[in-house]
Amino acid sequence: MKINKENNVYTAIYAAVLVIVVGFALALVYQALRPAQLENIANDTKKQILASALIYPTGTETIGQLYDTHIKDSYCVNSLGDKIEGEAALDVNMATEIKKPADERVLPVFVCSTDKGVKYIVPVYGAGLWGPIWGYIAMDANGNDIYGAYFGHQGETPGLGAEIEKPQFSSQFEGKPIFGSNGDFESVLVVKKGQEPAGKAYVNAVSGGTITSQGVQKMLYTSLEPYTAFFKNLEKESKN
Amino acid sequence: MGNIRKRLEPLINPLSNDNPVIVQILGICSALAVTAKLQPAVVMTISVLAVLALSNVIISIMRNTIPTSIRIIVQLVVVAALVVVVDQVLKAWNYEVSKQLSVFIGLIITNCIIMGRLEAFALNNTPFNAFLDGVGNALGYGIILVIVAFFRELLGSGTLWGFQVIPQALYDLGYQNNGMMILPPMALITVACIIWVHNRKAK
Repeated sequence: MKINKENNVYTAIYAAVLVIVVGFALALVYQALRPAQLENIANDTKKQILASALIYPTGTETIGQLYDTHIKDSYCVNSLGDKIEGEAALDVNMATEIKKPADERVLPVFVCSTDKGVKYIVPVYGAGLWGPIWGYIAMDANGNDIYGAYFGHQGETPGLGAEIEKPQFSSQFEGKPIFGSNGDFESVLVVKKGQEPAGKAYVNAVSGGTITSQGVQKMLYTSLEPYTAFFKNLEKESKN
Repeated sequence: MGNIRKRLEPLINPLSNDNPVIVQILGICSALAVTAKLQPAVVMTISVLAVLALSNVIISIMRNTIPTSIRIIVQLVVVAALVVVVDQVLKAWNYEVSKQLSVFIGLIITNCIIMGRLEAFALNNTPFNAFLDGVGNALGYGIILVIVAFFRELLGSGTLWGFQVIPQALYDLGYQNNGMMILPPMALITVACIIWVHNRKAK
């Protein structure tokens, strides 16, 4: 049978059938792969949280087990440093929280026990060049020094902005204080070589990734500032 | 013997004589986006291989039924569906690699090599030949990607596949990585150098 391929009715039916078949197939693929993807995403989040406290999977235990052994407690605080009841730290959506005014934000805290004492891990979230960037910062129990950091990104350029997720970049943050010598919140600056500010905590920016690096600097400031009261409380507790 | 060679022509031709990147100058944009490092270049090649071979076969099977007036749309739907499947499968089975390539997998849809092969070859040829053509063109594309990524990673970062290959002693003598190499313009210049060498040899 010879089909008339120029016929309008034929064209319309062809397009409709094609779209329905493809749509059905994609929905099926999505449904079939969704549980595996969700598990990957949950494990990935836990892995990132642990990476900020410099704990890496060794292969003998799953990420879930590693997370349960190290993360002893997790809760949310408000900008006054008081605990908020009924919020699970892992379920907080940072993308929506970061848009709220600082005093309305729900601030997740993960309490992590490491070989070098208890660390407090907080999430940070901001914008890079092409899309969102995020990270986790592990703070020492004195509430001032960064113990470790992890950064992630959605679509920064490989080899340029994407370098922020490499340990070469994030390890620079270890030991940096986020409060200045007078006790004010100053965050950590991300600067190009040769533009180092005097008397402030800084790390070197990624070469070729200027906008992403500036994004990291801004993200640290806006995400960490609401924790000021919480960190100050930690400082008081550690001195007692 | 000559017969086999002739039958494999769709596979062999795009590797050098009719290379999609350096002879037809297609797919240049992704060739400069993913070639700052060797590893993403190789994963990109494999993903393009899967999408191009499968879409070529599917379009070739459908070729006698596709209405002429909407053939480009039909091609796009097939390619987009395959790319989404590749993306979903990577997310479920190899989350690390999927994170690394992020947006570039989605951008395979816009790779002109794919639409070009569907339009120029798959619409007029049998599924088997279309399959060979798809594999051949994806490999031809991949060879160039890997060559460009090799030079850019070696000269730009001093590493290959993430491993340091330029010895520290050289850095101590004052050698520096060429920051220009990891910027997109140098990918174009590298591709141009490959075209130069290729043209000299072809004469």
